[in-house]
Amino acid sequence: MRYESPQTVEAAAALLAGEEGLARVLAGGTDLLVQMRSGMVEPDLIVDVKNIPSMTSIVEENGGYRIGAAVPSAEMNEHKGLCALWPGVMEGADLIGSTQVQGRATMIGNLCNCGPAADSVPGMVAANAIATIVGPNGRRDVPVIDIPVAPGKSTLTKGELVESVFLPARPKRAGDAYLRFIPRTEMDIAVVGVGVSLELDGDGVCTHARVGLGAVAIKVLLVEDAAKALIGTKVDDAALEKVAAATSAACKPIDDKRGTIEFRTKVAGVLATRAAKIALERANARASNGGEK
Amino acid sequence: MARNPDADNAPVKKEIESPTSKYDAEKASSFKVVGSRPARPDGMDKVTGRARFGADMVMPGQLVGLILRSPHPHAVIKSIDSSEAEALSGVKAVVTRDDFAPNDDHADVLYNIMAREKALYEGHAVAAVAATSRPVARKALKLIKIDYDILPHVTDVDEAMSPNAPVLHDDIITKGVNPAPTKPSNVVARSEFGHGDIDAGFAQADEIIERSFKTAATHQGYIEPHACVANVGADGMSELWCCTQGHFHVRQVCASLLGIDVSRLRVTASEIGGGFGGKTTVFIEPVALALSRKAGRPVKIAMTRDEVFKASGPTASSSMNVKIGVTKDGRITAGYGEFRYQGGAFAGAPADFGAMSAFACYALDNVKTEAYDVVTNRPKGAAYRAPGAPMSVYAVESVVDELAARIGMDPIDLRLKNAAKEGARSSYGPKFGSCGLVETLEAAKAHPHYSASLGPNQGRGIASGFWFNFGGETCSNLNINADGTVTIAVGTPDIGGSRASMCIMAAEELGIPYDKVRAIVADTSALGYNDTTEGSRVTFSSGMAVIKASQQAVTEMCKRAAMMWDIPAEAVTWEDGCAKPSGPNAGDFEPLSLAEIAATAGKTGGPIAGHHEYNADGAGVSFGTHIVDTEVDPETGKVDIIRYTVIQDAGKAIHPDYVEGQFQGGAAQGIGWALNEEYIYGDDGKLQNAGFLDYRMPVASDLPMIDTVIVEVPNPGHPYGVRGVGETGIVPPLAAIANGVSAAAGVRMTELPMSPPRVLKAIDDAKVAAE
Repeated sequence: MRYESPQTVEAAAALLAGEEGLARVLAGGTDLLVQMRSGMVEPDLIVDVKNIPSMTSIVEENGGYRIGAAVPSAEMNEHKGLCALWPGVMEGADLIGSTQVQGRATMIGNLCNCGPAADSVPGMVAANAIATIVGPNGRRDVPVIDIPVAPGKSTLTKGELVESVFLPARPKRAGDAYLRFIPRTEMDIAVVGVGVSLELDGDGVCTHARVGLGAVAIKVLLVEDAAKALIGTKVDDAALEKVAAATSAACKPIDDKRGTIEFRTKVAGVLATRAAKIALERANARASNGGEK
Repeated sequence: MARNPDADNAPVKKEIESPTSKYDAEKASSFKVVGSRPARPDGMDKVTGRARFGADMVMPGQLVGLILRSPHPHAVIKSIDSSEAEALSGVKAVVTRDDFAPNDDHADVLYNIMAREKALYEGHAVAAVAATSRPVARKALKLIKIDYDILPHVTDVDEAMSPNAPVLHDDIITKGVNPAPTKPSNVVARSEFGHGDIDAGFAQADEIIERSFKTAATHQGYIEPHACVANVGADGMSELWCCTQGHFHVRQVCASLLGIDVSRLRVTASEIGGGFGGKTTVFIEPVALALSRKAGRPVKIAMTRDEVFKASGPTASSSMNVKIGVTKDGRITAGYGEFRYQGGAFAGAPADFGAMSAFACYALDNVKTEAYDVVTNRPKGAAYRAPGAPMSVYAVESVVDELAARIGMDPIDLRLKNAAKEGARSSYGPKFGSCGLVETLEAAKAHPHYSASLGPNQGRGIASGFWFNFGGETCSNLNINADGTVTIAVGTPDIGGSRASMCIMAAEELGIPYDKVRAIVADTSALGYNDTTEGSRVTFSSGMAVIKASQQAVTEMCKRAAMMWDIPAEAVTWEDGCAKPSGPNAGDFEPLSLAEIAATAGKTGGPIAGHHEYNADGAGVSFGTHIVDTEVDPETGKVDIIRYTVIQDAGKAIHPDYVEGQFQGGAAQGIGWALNEEYIYGDDGKLQNAGFLDYRMPVASDLPMIDTVIVEVPNPGHPYGVRGVGETGIVPPLAAIANGVSAAAGVRMTELPMSPPRVLKAIDDAKVAAE
């Protein structure tokens, strides 16, 4: 097994493209090292991306933030601007593993591992986060929703890696939230996860909404019907009831050790309404705060 | 009570308790060290990482041992071809069933540590390799070719009892059934306990409730996976380092399986990262020894967590029916229970213990329990804290709770009215001696927790529980060192702070400070045989051996002082750590301290020591009562434990911190068992959740501060009044939490774990039924 630690993202892409055997990107390593230790994967090449400046920094850009793919969750959650602008995305990332794991685990690693229950992904989907991918054919920008295909399988092609993810600027009255259901209080995997992002006008009417839904299908879903149920309303009880129904209807879960189809379908709706309420509170709080980050 | 997990023997049942020792009330009224809370001697090592656990041992030239395990839950092993693995560079030994001779004394253990004609569960060991590195060993495992003939499997206890179930062993003919069956089945044994006439009892009842219950198999969940290093010399002299609750037992079994003299195998117990009963047997140790013997080099085997779940010993799952009758004024007229437990692929599910302890909290005129020990295609069970009792008590205490509500009586009052007490005939046979159930119930009733107000969606549950406790074979040494310090050697691995308790008891007897005494767990060549650390026996049994050894040393020191003073030995007493002249000689000489006597021991007859060897009897039973407040989210079925109080009889708490720790640990494990822990099998007979991600033990943030109340009703069979406390604490929680959740959810929960999908479904089904 070869270990490489390139200085640029282009060099990283070239190493990945040139490897004939199994190549893996190492950012935090909280998935990769566990998979290697358990014998699930035996890579021929490991490309450590933690020495690439564009992948290890958080940069303000057009009122939003560009987050390097190797930035650990703990660092994001200590970034005041990021936490003020996209608290729902940050709380999703903050749920991954334990405090110790947070020091290493990255949101993009979580995305590229393509687990349907990845805690940081529904929030990014709700935020319409855009990933910048670098590969042998240069750079391309892709919405996060379009990256996972199935557990362990993504739309990235040979030699490609995600360099960064962009969370855009938002209007004054906007908020987001992520909630997951676990039977315990921490150190667990989502049985259902819902991210909701809302924007409201001056009258408190929802003008824009996105709902990301995790752990109830082969990949994280964007629930457009749930968003439609919110837009044009004041996020009142009637709207929330429709959000619950639309979210439950979007579920395509399986019965497994983590929950039954019946349970996941119902709880998805419950969480969607609860997350929407939190997003609404945050939007209003942020607006009364003058839209400060 | 304890059971040798590696022999096909029934639990030890004694009709008459004949205590080894008697409670010394006078001594107990003036304790100086007992009851204090000094730092544990192993604490610093454990928090700094200096402590050496099973996997921390490294021997020169050590090889890596790995085990190949069956992917099938039930299959005939037609052939094993390890030739390619043996030919791989770096492979030093491969062992299979052919490397172990048949063994009548430990037939099941042998079959479990290395499959013979069949693989009986997913994860059953079928071969093992020792190699120079982990990658080589891994590669070698892949090169071993096994030809399996796959058989139908069964993992559920009720299905395994059905006449059409696949039969695991063709030599299991159900014991305890008259007439004996003619065909083999998966039912190992039926046993029955009780007295009186239950039909007559039910006829007297005003209210009768009968319900069925199920509980899932759970794992002890010790944080340290099994690990050992074996080193067999060219001359056959062997050493074994391992994490175990009983290294003497490990030695007996391993020597037998390897066909060597006991004296040739020296076993050292490492520090232990939790056992809870699960480390009272052997899994990897004989395999490591066989590999080392074949390779001629030391071999280390350390299980992965996946292996721990699939191939060590969880506890039984259960299916139970309980029927209880009461009069309107709360007298229980009859109790009946049938308890069906599966304990994995071999005999030994603790159904009998479950049946014996189910009604132990009640003094009943009419009680009958039946137990069925059933085999399935799951890993061979091992002991888990009060083996068998938490499940049966969950069933009984659930019905008692429901009956209390039915007749409009406070659940503690109902229990007090029927409580087991001294002189009452127990539901399992013998009469109770002095015991503290009533005291725990009264303390529960008076506790502020019991009268605190509850919020919406919250419910309070209470339950009582019991464990027999055990004495057993014990041997300890005590040495008085030349500088006045003292060293104790015990043969019972310290899993709950027992070294601290041993030091306290020696300090108390000798009259010296706690920090002058050091206790170690000696290896198997240094002491006589000691039973395993199990049955809540160590503070009771090893403690009593230490007390007796201390008394022997005191007698010797008085003799030495008498010699130095030239007075009769009978004229010397021991007070406050000093020999003093007494009687006609009182005041003739200045007292001689332990240190002064020790310093001149070489001139007065040589080293001073004490020792004690015995088979301890008179381990007093321990009762406990738990109070728990739960909150149920009606939209998700999630349960939060909001407040928890454990009240238990300890007889006498030698080191109250570790007594409280046992209480809290029992409650914590019980919370996991009640709410989320379960062995989940797929239709393919494979374990679906062999890891801590999906085997959901509670984490720290899932638990409230667990409050404790130590009740002390002295055990008449121990000089200080000690009762074992390690096991009773896990008996009431399943029932207490089920009672709390049932109250909060408004629907009786009859299956564990009460995981969110199950609770939500029960709530929703109850709503539909109500409409």
